[in-house]
Amino acid sequence: MNNPIGSLPAEFENTHEGVKILGFWVFLATDVMLFASLFAVYVVYRSRVALGPTPAQIFALGPVLAETLILLTSSFTVSLSLYAARQSRLKSAIGWLVVTLLLGASFVSLEIREFVKDVLAGHTWHQSAFLSGFFTLVGTHGSHVTFGIGWAVLLTLELVLRGLTVANRRKLFTFALYWHFLDIVWIFLFSVVYLAGVMT
Amino acid sequence: MRPWFIHLIKLLFPPQVLLPDIVGIDIGLTLSALAIALYLTKARRWGWLWREWLTTVDHKRIGIMYIIAALIMLFRGGVDALMIRSQLIVPEAHFMGAQQYDEVFTTHGTVMIFFMAMPFFFGLFNVAVPLMIGARDVAFPRLNAISFWLFAFGAALFNISFSIGGSPSAGWFSYPPYSELQFNPGVGENYYLLALQVSGIGSIATGINFLVTILKLRAPGMTLMKMPLFVWSALVTSTLILFAFPPLTVALGLTMLDRLFGASFFTLAHEGMPMMYANLFWIFGHPEVYILIMPAFGIFSEVVPTFSRKPLFGYEAMVISLLAITFLSYGVWVHHFFEMGAGPGVNVFFGLSTMLIAIPTGVKMFNWLFTMWGGRIRLSVPMLWQLGFIPTFVVGGASGVMLAAVAADYQYHNSYFVIAHFHNVIVGGTVFGLLSGMYYWWPKMFGWKLNERQGRWAFAFFFTGFWLTFMPQYFLGLEGMTRRMASYPPGLGWGGLNAMSTIGAFIMGVGFAILVYNIAWSRMHPEWDTTGDPWDGRTLEWSLPSPAPAYNFARIPEVHERDAWWAMKQRGETDAVKLSPDQVEPIHVPKNTPMPICLAVSFFVGSIGMVFAWHWMAILGGLGVVAALAYGSLEDDTDRELDPTTVLNTEKRLGRVHP
Ligand code: HEM
Ligand SMILES: [Cu+2]
Repeated sequence: MNNPIGSLPAEFENTHEGVKILGFWVFLATDVMLFASLFAVYVVYRSRVALGPTPAQIFALGPVLAETLILLTSSFTVSLSLYAARQSRLKSAIGWLVVTLLLGASFVSLEIREFVKDVLAGHTWHQSAFLSGFFTLVGTHGSHVTFGIGWAVLLTLELVLRGLTVANRRKLFTFALYWHFLDIVWIFLFSVVYLAGVMT
Repeated sequence: MRPWFIHLIKLLFPPQVLLPDIVGIDIGLTLSALAIALYLTKARRWGWLWREWLTTVDHKRIGIMYIIAALIMLFRGGVDALMIRSQLIVPEAHFMGAQQYDEVFTTHGTVMIFFMAMPFFFGLFNVAVPLMIGARDVAFPRLNAISFWLFAFGAALFNISFSIGGSPSAGWFSYPPYSELQFNPGVGENYYLLALQVSGIGSIATGINFLVTILKLRAPGMTLMKMPLFVWSALVTSTLILFAFPPLTVALGLTMLDRLFGASFFTLAHEGMPMMYANLFWIFGHPEVYILIMPAFGIFSEVVPTFSRKPLFGYEAMVISLLAITFLSYGVWVHHFFEMGAGPGVNVFFGLSTMLIAIPTGVKMFNWLFTMWGGRIRLSVPMLWQLGFIPTFVVGGASGVMLAAVAADYQYHNSYFVIAHFHNVIVGGTVFGLLSGMYYWWPKMFGWKLNERQGRWAFAFFFTGFWLTFMPQYFLGLEGMTRRMASYPPGLGWGGLNAMSTIGAFIMGVGFAILVYNIAWSRMHPEWDTTGDPWDGRTLEWSLPSPAPAYNFARIPEVHERDAWWAMKQRGETDAVKLSPDQVEPIHVPKNTPMPICLAVSFFVGSIGMVFAWHWMAILGGLGVVAALAYGSLEDDTDRELDPTTVLNTEKRLGRVHP
């Protein structure tokens, strides 16, 4: 079980697990297509504000910057968890995973706050094509993060119950892939939606 | 009675589902369901059904279930088609009202594409691909079962719409703004959206599964360029699915948000853009038509060499043209709406890219012909469908090139010319291919062959009916008959051609009936396939007994060339597939699991909740999905081991052990 650093990571030792990891990469490719479609919709709809607000009128960079920092940090902590798992340090792997999911939860709650604020101000997605595109694109990312939190909870449970089995290491690895992927999508969201939005 | 009760009845049974013919069908379906349930109870078959089929993860059984389901859907879609044609046989016929007519052509198209053609080739992938590459199963057997059950419950959801709540009526591509709440109240459209979404998730999962299976589980020595062409076609089809289905998911999802949650994506108010839907849909839709045809190309590339006893001519060119078609098919979608104002530059680009696809397709045609050239051709049923396909598909492809000429398409668009074109390629290409593949692999699936003579008759009727149905439609299109007309006035000169077309459709119907009879008769008078190689085949699946044991290969074969089994037969090395008692190893096979069907049932329940906007039920379904996923993730004991003696005994029974 004990892998010295530098040798093959455990999740690749077993061909069976390697196949599953490839499957996960392919799934991520389809998710890229999903987000690409939503981005395309958003970019076309950005200026179609009807009688509603323009992007610049509703975006506030403050909370968004906080969300960005939180998500980037969580990407770091999930890597720490994976690193610990590779060194077979179970407790610290679990610890960092829990930190990751807490950071994810605070990201989601900030996003929900932003949405609630907009809706209370009367800016529902009914108001314009732009708002429909905005809520859906950002919301799809947010629900991916939420799903990730659920997954992390299950994973924590499995680690506690069964320890660092080969399957669990692979699951942690794919979870980390997923989480980094969401991070990258967020970088695009941040620039294409929010930065470009406040600058127009 | 309390008012909510009346309200519920009105919601579930609006006037459009209370037409006499529909009520008749409802009664018929209920009675047959009861009869089946009674039979299962009497014969004490419920447990068998559950253990052997509903919870199975064996790709061979999943394949069989796909194919049976696809045949049932072919029947349903076919009945729709005959209803459409009956309405059009003479001018001003009023067999159906306009609303019902719209519903029938919508369900016809949707069922045929999503619930007949796709599951049919998924079935053939399941049956053949793992055996052809020398694998014991697909990469993710459990995901495979999930895909199947999502498809099955998606199809069920779609199909109950005509008796509960009302069918969708916005056409198989369901353009807004007509598909929006304002113009299309009622639940029919919701059924369409949810059913396609649920089965679409299954399709994406199948794409992932087969891509990984083919990339990772090939037998040692089988390099990519030694794979059978059907496996290549499965590979490119899977890739197409992976990149084509997410835009569909988005198009359907956004429409659903508009309808159920008041978003403004495609409504004209609030600056939504119906054009956005058209783009998203056809970015999916055009690759989809190639998703439908590639498996047929793959099947023919197996059938032609087998029944000509020659290796495939120009293997490399075949592979390259598959890849070229895959690549090009993403760059042509605008040809579905040249008329919507994209401007000449854009239109010409997409017109040219469309025409380019004809080149790799033509290459394939010539290669099949050259494979037959000088071969010793046997006219077995799979080969007949292949021979029927060649002239048919040439005509369909040529009419496609005509449609791609932008200026001319302003005349053809939305006319019967387009209807003739795509039926020409989908029926004459995809359906012919699927039926060819069904006859070809049938003995491998069940261990007995389909009767040849009846098969020929089925082909003869289907083929004749096909030409009689669709050729007149080209001319109807040229004479100005637009598609989706619920009836037409006399005096336009359309009567004769329409009558021909309807007669042809009924001849095809007879062909289908013979095919069903063919299956039933052959089941009762089985011609057993004892060798496992009834067609003198070339690829590895024919090196196994029919049907193959649960683990497929007791020993994974080693591959040195294309057509590996043929080469072994040529060299007289067929004994190499037999075992000697000391070679037997334990084999891991995946365990049955109820999780996939539970997951799909949850999706079904949740979708019903969404269709009728019963939020509690949607949430209930959602919780079910989460629970099933969590259960699947926590369960870690998914394999069981077959010990060597079991394997040895099975192989002995099959006569595959060296004395
Ligand atoms: C050489 C190959 C082909 C070319 C150049 C071609 C070209 C076209 C064009 C330009 C249209 C749009 C016509 C219009 O709406 O005005 C069209 C429609 C269509 N094609 Fe093809 N096509 C080809 C092959 C195929 C194949 C192989 C399939 C399916 C197996 C297919 C299925 C369809 C369908 C389903 C539609 C119409 C969908 C609808 O409007 O409901 N085509 N084709
Ligand atoms: Cu097309």
